[in-house]
Amino acid sequence: MIRIEQLTKKFRKLFALNDINAQFKKGQVISLIGPNGSGKTTLIKAILGMVKADGGKIYFNDELINGDPSYRSQIGYMPQIGRYPDNMRVGQLFKMLRNIRKVPEDKIDEELIIKFGLKQIFDKPMRTLSGGTRQKVSAALAFLFDTDVLILDEPTAGLDPLSSEILKEKILKEKSKNKLILITSHILSDLDELTTHIMYLQEGKLEFFKEIGQLREETGELKLGKAIARIMKGEKFDSEWIDKMFEIKDEKNSPLRSE
Amino acid sequence: MLKLSKYVFYDIVRSKVILAYTAFLFLVSFSLFNMEENSSKAILSLLNIILIVVPLISMIFTTIHYYNSYEFIELMLSQPMSRRKILLSEYGGVSLSLVSSFLIGVGIPVLLYSPDNVGFSLLFTGTSLTLVFTSLAFLTSVKARDKARGIGFALLLWFYFALIYDGLILLVLFNFSDYPLEKATLVLSALNPIDLGRISIMLKMDVSALMGYTGALYKDFFGSGSGILFTVGIMLLWILLPLWWALRIFRKKDL
Repeated sequence: MIRIEQLTKKFRKLFALNDINAQFKKGQVISLIGPNGSGKTTLIKAILGMVKADGGKIYFNDELINGDPSYRSQIGYMPQIGRYPDNMRVGQLFKMLRNIRKVPEDKIDEELIIKFGLKQIFDKPMRTLSGGTRQKVSAALAFLFDTDVLILDEPTAGLDPLSSEILKEKILKEKSKNKLILITSHILSDLDELTTHIMYLQEGKLEFFKEIGQLREETGELKLGKAIARIMKGEKFDSEWIDKMFEIKDEKNSPLRSE
Repeated sequence: MLKLSKYVFYDIVRSKVILAYTAFLFLVSFSLFNMEENSSKAILSLLNIILIVVPLISMIFTTIHYYNSYEFIELMLSQPMSRRKILLSEYGGVSLSLVSSFLIGVGIPVLLYSPDNVGFSLLFTGTSLTLVFTSLAFLTSVKARDKARGIGFALLLWFYFALIYDGLILLVLFNFSDYPLEKATLVLSALNPIDLGRISIMLKMDVSALMGYTGALYKDFFGSGSGILFTVGIMLLWILLPLWWALRIFRKKDL
């Protein structure tokens, strides 16, 4: 579905993306992970055409991405930070996007709108919403058009555990429909149940792109967090980040959060 | 494209800033027309206020709006919409709301008190200045990456066009006063939309009689059909060129 060839992007002297090669296929759920500033969001933005690469090519369904925006009708995107015009009402936002995409009624997927209870706040202006609610709006927008490709940038950050669970279930459901899903996240335990492939970026470089089964086999760990930590510690990628990751994991496993 | 403009317009019209701007223009125009016996005197005072306030508000409002809509523009970019369309729709929405604000705030009082040639050219000048400075503000905001720099740059441009430029012209006129400068100042006035607007209105008023030979020459030119065409044409260039430049930058920009 998406093929990336020798993708390079420089911000001044810093490599944000350094010679990335990868191929994403239908039915895959790819987790993009790596420390802050490793180029995850830049890669996503390059696929969406928001960032213009310095070198390399991206193909979407074997067609080169070069400025024609029509391929984006097959992508649902959930941004890391969702900020919307202050006085626009929630309902207006959904109406506007449906107006822009012109998707037939039967292809509209309102499941998340209903499950997140967004219908009840349709006449509220955007500025009155909390960060978490805005995140729910972003998620509902990404899934609204039943697209073949879903790109989710930190989808569960800022969501309460219940909403986070709803979103994860939805991702699993879409996965079963043979879609391509790209997720970036720092919360590895969230990715555990979803992901089929791991793509690890470090300082703009693709360190590895592996199937989760293979990763588990190689490391002998069942949990994704531990598996990745083992690989990274072995190769000494960025030990500080690993320690932080374990902190998060420990918190998650603590009795306070157990259900 | 109109779809997005429509929603941008809806959003802005409900903001308090634009309501306050409309109310301010309305109050100022109304009180000036009421205070002055002679409506042409009122128009002259109104002109001076409009020439300062309209460019300033247009620039600052547009710049702040652009930076506040940054994430929204990003979201639009993830939709099947070209960058050209997105920026033009944003421009359409912002300029439409500022122009309607001006036409309500100043247009209604002018239509009530002075619905003549001078009044209409005042409305024309105000509308085109709004469009020109919205366009310039889009250029500076697309060019500058962070908000502080963008607003600073916008303020600097406004300062230049509203104040510094006149000082420079005076300097030129003073230093070259031995030469016939009528034609040269005509060209110089075209390089500043605010000056162009001022001259084209002043010459429609009686005060132009006080400006001597130069005034007579200007009146001859700006009063003629080609003069009006010249004013409209230059204003259009001032609207389109910065917008075109902004589009060019925006097309290659990383967001």
